[in-house]
Amino acid sequence: MLEVTGLHKRYGDLVAVEEVSFVARPGEMVGLLGPNGAGKTTTVAMIAGLLAPDRGEVRIDGGVVRGETDPVKLRLGLVPQEVALHDELSARGNLALFGALYGIRGAALERAMASAFDVAGLADRAKDRVATFSGGMKRRLNLAAALLHGPQILLLDEPTVGVDPQSRNQIFSSLEELKRQGKTMVYTTHYMEEAERLCDSIIIIDHGKVIANDTLEAVRRLVPSVNVLEISVENAGRDGWLDGLHAVEGVSAADWDGTTLRVTVRDLLESSPRVLVWLREQGYTCSHLSSQRADLETVFLTLTGRSVRNL
Amino acid sequence: MSYTAFEALVRRDLRLFFMDKRAVTMSFAAPILIGSFFGYIFGGVGQSGPPSKIAVAVVNQDTSEVSRKVVAALGADAMLDVKSFALGEARELVRGGKMTVAVVIPSGFAERAGKSFFRGGDKPRIQLLYDPSHSAELQVVNGVLMQHVMEVVSRESMSGTGSERLMEDALRDLGQSKAMKPEDKTALRRMLESVGEWNQRRSANPQAQASSGFSMPYTVSQEAVTARQGVKYNGMAHSFAGMCVQFILFMGIDAGMVVLYQRRSGLWKRLQAAPLSRYTIIGSRATSAGIVAMVIMLTVFGFARVVFGVKIEGSFAGFLGVCVAFAIMTATFGLLVAVLGKTPEATRGIAILATLVLVMLGGSWVPAFLFPEWLQKVTFAIPTRWAVDGLDAMVWRGSGFDAALGPIVALLAFAALFGAIAVWRFRWESEG
Repeated sequence: MLEVTGLHKRYGDLVAVEEVSFVARPGEMVGLLGPNGAGKTTTVAMIAGLLAPDRGEVRIDGGVVRGETDPVKLRLGLVPQEVALHDELSARGNLALFGALYGIRGAALERAMASAFDVAGLADRAKDRVATFSGGMKRRLNLAAALLHGPQILLLDEPTVGVDPQSRNQIFSSLEELKRQGKTMVYTTHYMEEAERLCDSIIIIDHGKVIANDTLEAVRRLVPSVNVLEISVENAGRDGWLDGLHAVEGVSAADWDGTTLRVTVRDLLESSPRVLVWLREQGYTCSHLSSQRADLETVFLTLTGRSVRNL
Repeated sequence: MSYTAFEALVRRDLRLFFMDKRAVTMSFAAPILIGSFFGYIFGGVGQSGPPSKIAVAVVNQDTSEVSRKVVAALGADAMLDVKSFALGEARELVRGGKMTVAVVIPSGFAERAGKSFFRGGDKPRIQLLYDPSHSAELQVVNGVLMQHVMEVVSRESMSGTGSERLMEDALRDLGQSKAMKPEDKTALRRMLESVGEWNQRRSANPQAQASSGFSMPYTVSQEAVTARQGVKYNGMAHSFAGMCVQFILFMGIDAGMVVLYQRRSGLWKRLQAAPLSRYTIIGSRATSAGIVAMVIMLTVFGFARVVFGVKIEGSFAGFLGVCVAFAIMTATFGLLVAVLGKTPEATRGIAILATLVLVMLGGSWVPAFLFPEWLQKVTFAIPTRWAVDGLDAMVWRGSGFDAALGPIVALLAFAALFGAIAVWRFRWESEG
């Protein structure tokens, strides 16, 4: 189990991380969400022992990392945000090196490498130089390198940046399998859909501060607007045509992108009929109607007033 | 310290170094090529070829037999390559760097030189035009010219065709002199008359004339003091030592730069996340750099041995000792670059400049004994000076192990200093 209590880090006048606390249990994945520069990587660096916090404590299965060679570090695996591999060496050469850093050698190293290659789906490319790999393959090997010593806790710092959809799905599948095996994972990302798919609990960070920390469902409930109506309107588009819609009871937001009208409502059953009636009264023709729950993007937008992707 | 991790890190560094074609070229081919070039320029192998002659233009404005003989004597000298020109042409050749010195023998040289030989007074003036970038050669030409002029003029004055008239003129002037004391006049007259009498006797025997006149009162034998008698100086030895030192230091810079690049690439985070001490990380880096430095030195000197016959004339153990000490010093120098540098871009230029200053003052390019005395003393505070001196002592001076002790101790002291600073200033933390 990973227990993070009151982590705080300051660089001069800049508070990078302020009072971050959470608990991650075996088989649980905690998502650290926030825009670039929010403090996610600094938080992970403090958990991994790369940075000393100004205040706060990190406990790994009850133990605190003390010193550079503390065996407690064996329980942690770090997947850095950067692709931390030697391009000039083969995939096997890289894994052999990173295994040796944890004292693994001989038959144990061979077993660990075979297992890691399976997770990454790269067994057939083991002898190839990493320089010949695609970005997605490098990301998968980057993940595999953190698994060699069999850590109980995995810290994944934006592990899918710049990855093609196929590799991303493979990484997701690997992580879901690791979760089933009981690994504890901390996953930083600014892709909300990734957190929604993988994480059991969500911590939203902005400017170093935690602005939400709860289960995925609970975080979704934090925003008053939890449903979105998407309506294809065929004869709309005049300037100011949406002004009247904002006045309809139960509508909290309305947006027109040229083809689809997105209306955020507090209660789907009560507000939907009113919206449709208003459209009919204004003479508009609707060709398609659907609804969806508010996603984390909406949550972040609501909590911070900014879109996470525009930061 | 985890030995498994330490060994893996050292092996990784060595593999990456030898896979890097640029690094290998710079570390092995460059010192061999440049060392060969400088060695050839500054002495070559055993100085087996004849020394290069000084190009001298002679402008003979005198029509006498004496001046012709002087020119002939200069032309026969082994140190000079003499050609005759008109004055304007000779001046242009010297100005253009085609000739090193021009010797201008003035009109009336023989007559005035003969008179001046016994009586002083109006001496003829030989003009030397010289290329200012070759002032050392000017001194050589001056000395050679003096020797030949003295020999020819003295011979002509005492036994040449005009010597009788010169003697008569000298005796007449002596008789008219009022400044000289009577007893001095008498003594000088006796000497001149004796010379005249000797001259007449020599004239009667033409075979003896060749050896008349003044000649150098000594001969010179030269011996280059090297490792042992009979062992010729090999100009390649110093050159290879100097270039070895230079390019190994460049390798040290690269070893430090790798750490800076690793910090940027995220590999550093992997090292930090693993249960490794900073001593394992620093120590493995230093060890791999030291091994590479040793391999470079042995390879380059091996090449010099096979191709140019550069032998370790002194203590082989001393040679190895200096190599190991310098390799360790280089390794810690690389660590210094790694811990003091902030970014690779900002660090590389400064580190290269610092290295060039180190190798220049250390005597890698030109021997330190050519420096001004104060600078020679200052350079003892520079590790490269000890490395070059140590290698010179062991390779071509043929010194024993005791002569290697000073350089070894000095280099290890520098290594200890650099290593201590590296550990002290080592930045463990990554930026978030």
